[in-house]
Amino acid sequence: MGATVATITSGKGGVGKTTTTANLAVALAMGGKKVVCVDGDIGLRNLDVVLGLENRIVYDLVDVVEGRCRLRQAMIRDKRLPELYLIPAAQTRDKSAVSPSDMVRLCDELRPEVDWILIDSPAGIERGFRNAVAPADLVVVVTNPEVSAVRDADRIIGLIEAEEKGPARLIINRLNPALVRRGDMLTADDVLELLAIELIGIVPEDEHVITSSNRGQPVALDGKSRAGEAFHNIARRMNGEKVPFMNLEQKDGFFNRLSRLMRPGGN
Amino acid sequence: MANWLDWLTGQKNKSANQAKERLKLVLINDRTDLSPAELELLKNELLEVISRHIEIDPAAVQITMAQEGREQRLLADIPLKPQMRRRNR
Repeated sequence: MGATVATITSGKGGVGKTTTTANLAVALAMGGKKVVCVDGDIGLRNLDVVLGLENRIVYDLVDVVEGRCRLRQAMIRDKRLPELYLIPAAQTRDKSAVSPSDMVRLCDELRPEVDWILIDSPAGIERGFRNAVAPADLVVVVTNPEVSAVRDADRIIGLIEAEEKGPARLIINRLNPALVRRGDMLTADDVLELLAIELIGIVPEDEHVITSSNRGQPVALDGKSRAGEAFHNIARRMNGEKVPFMNLEQKDGFFNRLSRLMRPGGN
Repeated sequence: MANWLDWLTGQKNKSANQAKERLKLVLINDRTDLSPAELELLKNELLEVISRHIEIDPAAVQITMAQEGREQRLLADIPLKPQMRRRNR
């Protein structure tokens, strides 16, 4: 056995990297896999709050790297899912406290123990990103269907190729089907055509994501919401299953518009 | 009436289409690190070199950046002027 290391990154901040990492970790663990997620955002940690594990932190990533504790001691076990662990980031240090080779060493130590290691990369293209990508077997790029997020995703995909960590896989997060139908949001196909990498998931915009992160209960935990379902589908694809993409959008062609117009109360 | 025409002919002015068209151009520049001005300079120098050897029609030359997957390609379409006869030396 040996874990696959998947790094979740985006270039731009605020597109949903941490939410994605937390939900994929939950979905993989619910599928029976042993999962460790690592918060790579030293100084701006958040994976702990999104997972609802913030009160249980004793040691962090930097403590492990600097030898103040053993790896095991920094792994917080999620009580809801016996096979899910978090290694939190340090909050009072910065990215330079860890090097890319530290991350490779840490993951190599974890590999024999688990099935998946998910690393939540910080935004940006500097040290924190390079730390997060260094041990990756698989890089997942998260983007939103809007200009700045797509542009930054393109930049980060280029850097991933340059680091010979490609080809990256794409998650289009926060797609709003109503806006797409109106012609006011890029479609998943548009984004794919622009970025030209393989898609691994589309996550619809869903207010459950906000209410669940308010509570520290990732949406994937109850699996009833659309976003939760999307994350479970992505986790299954990561395990090599063929899962069809949800049909979230319909390009607003002439006949669609016509039929909506004919429908009583339509458009 | 004009509204109906817009409605029928579709979506050219929808913001998503504008986003896509703008992104296409931005990504070409980002990926190649070549501004439109630099591309123009490159084109002029290329024409100068080629016309030293064969006669071309500078106005008909098209130099564009094409995208194939994640690969960028510089395409030069350079029509030659018809040669009546090979020059005698």
